[in-house]
Amino acid sequence: MTSLVASFSKGRTIRLSEVVERTAAGILVLGVLAWVILNLAKAPTQFFTVLLAGLNNGALFALIALGYTLVYGIIELINFAHGDLFMLGTILCANMMANWLGLTKPGLTGFLGLILTMIVVMIFGATVNMGAEFFAYRRLRNAPKLAPLITAVGLSFIFQNIGQRVNGSSPKQWGTVFDPQSGFSVAGVRIRWSFLVVLTVTALLLLGLTYIVQRTRQGKAMRATAQDQDGARLMGVNVNATISFTFALGGAMAGAAAVLYMETIGTTRFEAGFQLGLIAFTAAVLGGIGNLVGAVIGGLLIGVIQGLNDGAPYGLGQDWSQTVVFSILILVLVFKPEGLLGRRTTEKV
Amino acid sequence: MTALTSPVAKPPRSARTRQRRLSSQAVWSLSLVTLVIAAFIFYNQILPNLADSVAGPVSRWAPITAINECLIYVIMALGLNVVVGYAGLLDLGYVAFWAIGSYVGAYLMSDFIFQLKDGIHIGSSTTVRTLPGIHLSFWAVLAIGAAVCALFGILIGFPTLRLRGDYLAIVTLGFGEIIPQFFTNGDRIGGLNLTNGTRGITPVDPINTGYLSNILGLPRTVGLSPASLPYKFLFFSVLAAICVFVSLRIRGGRLGRSWLAIREDELAANMMGVPLVKAKLSAYAVGAIFGGLGGVAYAEHVGGALADSFKYSNSIFVLIMVVLGGMGNVWGVITGAFVLAWINNTGLQEFGNTFNGWFGTHVEIPSYNFLIFGTLLVLMMLFRREGLLPERRTQQILREPARTEMESVGSDVEAGQASEGDEEPEQSPEPARAAP
Repeated sequence: MTSLVASFSKGRTIRLSEVVERTAAGILVLGVLAWVILNLAKAPTQFFTVLLAGLNNGALFALIALGYTLVYGIIELINFAHGDLFMLGTILCANMMANWLGLTKPGLTGFLGLILTMIVVMIFGATVNMGAEFFAYRRLRNAPKLAPLITAVGLSFIFQNIGQRVNGSSPKQWGTVFDPQSGFSVAGVRIRWSFLVVLTVTALLLLGLTYIVQRTRQGKAMRATAQDQDGARLMGVNVNATISFTFALGGAMAGAAAVLYMETIGTTRFEAGFQLGLIAFTAAVLGGIGNLVGAVIGGLLIGVIQGLNDGAPYGLGQDWSQTVVFSILILVLVFKPEGLLGRRTTEKV
Repeated sequence: MTALTSPVAKPPRSARTRQRRLSSQAVWSLSLVTLVIAAFIFYNQILPNLADSVAGPVSRWAPITAINECLIYVIMALGLNVVVGYAGLLDLGYVAFWAIGSYVGAYLMSDFIFQLKDGIHIGSSTTVRTLPGIHLSFWAVLAIGAAVCALFGILIGFPTLRLRGDYLAIVTLGFGEIIPQFFTNGDRIGGLNLTNGTRGITPVDPINTGYLSNILGLPRTVGLSPASLPYKFLFFSVLAAICVFVSLRIRGGRLGRSWLAIREDELAANMMGVPLVKAKLSAYAVGAIFGGLGGVAYAEHVGGALADSFKYSNSIFVLIMVVLGGMGNVWGVITGAFVLAWINNTGLQEFGNTFNGWFGTHVEIPSYNFLIFGTLLVLMMLFRREGLLPERRTQQILREPARTEMESVGSDVEAGQASEGDEEPEQSPEPARAAP
């Protein structure tokens, strides 16, 4: 029925507007490209420095975006609390590294501690996300879409308040095991070790996640559940367990992102989750929500665009970075709701 | 229109039930009007003459400024109710209209646009007629603010027309972030100071009462002074009453019924000839108009437009009011808005003080407001999704697992299965899913 109506209206009215749309989208993309090249020509060194910073942030956005995309892919819920889960992760990481393990200086023990902390925070993220699913979202699976969405907003408020209680209302600075200065220079562009670590960990996690989703039995169950819950159930898939597992994966990604963020930036803020979460969600939408590789590409792209906007010669500056990101979000949703790598379906449009 | 929602269809309303519904509305309206008049008389005449032992607690637990703020939230919540409750379009950026309304009010009632040396004075409350800037009458500014917001509502609504559900929510959220950021950073756009940045635009002119001052004996201007607050309460009440009236009347009309149809099943509504574009854009426009009225009133309430006060959490706060009170039900929304705004403004603070006084503790209860509201939201969604005072129609829809399943899954196959499942009196959600 839906597809019938869609094709019907397409044949009748969409034609001209589609042409206009394509042209407008093309002009937009060309404009962005021209802007990037202009920046590159104006100050190459600055451009590459900013680019690297953007990629660094982009990798973090990508990790958070993976959590959004996994959850959205399987139950079509925008998990508003995901960003705040990430924020709780940063606070846990900071406290664990600095207060419990006492690791605030670079060194080998620092890195071993970092690995331990990452495992703990990932387990924490997975547990909290699974808990949220178990206590709240699971009961609302048959409810109108508004209900789980509002529940997610409520959970995000709760997480924020917990973060505020633990971390205090103002940002906190922490020592980190990454030395912000250490690194090497290539043609005047400083490359920090932390940047390489972040990129490597992101790549490894993405590979692992892709393996789980594409190659394992559990991954097959996830894909089946995403396609058709009832069908999957009939085929013997434990739908509840699969959805729980998906939330756990997403939470673990948020935990990993939290550790990397905390160790590269060294600041914890209780409102950080909301902002970063929205940016990450934009990344997920840009890449095609429900698509793992898309989320990573989207994250890196958003990171680069934001970095260029904040630091490049022709950028609008940090004050406008939210506006730029949200404008991208709106433009993507208007022109290409399925994202860069997503497939067009009647439901989403 | 009831025929559209066949599972919900009721027999045609008999004259008696119609009369009963009308009288219940009349009872609600009359009691609220009485309440407003009583409150006005109390705050204006009685409270100043009371002994401190009585007046103290009253002005701590229910100061007139808090009541005024509650009324503004009522206006906002009624506006959001049109968009979310009536038309079912989830809007997470409602604060944008609030901000636009406030800034329109500030531009047109202050000396911010000082480039106009002699100023434009039309019916304003300013006594010096040579002040720079634009000074219009508050009542005209209300209309202008509403019109500007309606325009923005349509502008924001336009790109969202093709989107559904979550995507719509996200785009509105994006606008709700962009517009306040524009006001925050607008003091240095190409060297121009458009919005005065975080300092905001203050002060705005007080409300002019014009001819009313002669007839009713009101003061000439109603500003921020304590003595004029009860009058402001009166004006805000009138505004809220207008919004209530519009909300109620528009719901039963052709437009309102088409909103309800879209909310319940967009596809079916479209097939039945409801013009989707027109109906959705009007929902945004009407919601934005209320937001604009509330915004101008808010500028009067705080005496200016401050960019910092328009945050995402405000959008959510208004949404919580609508959801908690009962989406779609005007009286529920009013109750939700009033109670929550009061709790947020004074209730929590005073409760905390009393609590600490009793137990000798030093718990800062107000700092837990997010926790409290978040928990409330989650619990409401889990156990009483239809709100405290639910709309009868929503209640019926929520009682049907099969139908909601169809909406939550949304694909063709499921839709077919769900309609088969309609006959089965499923109660628990689990078997309902597996039923077909």
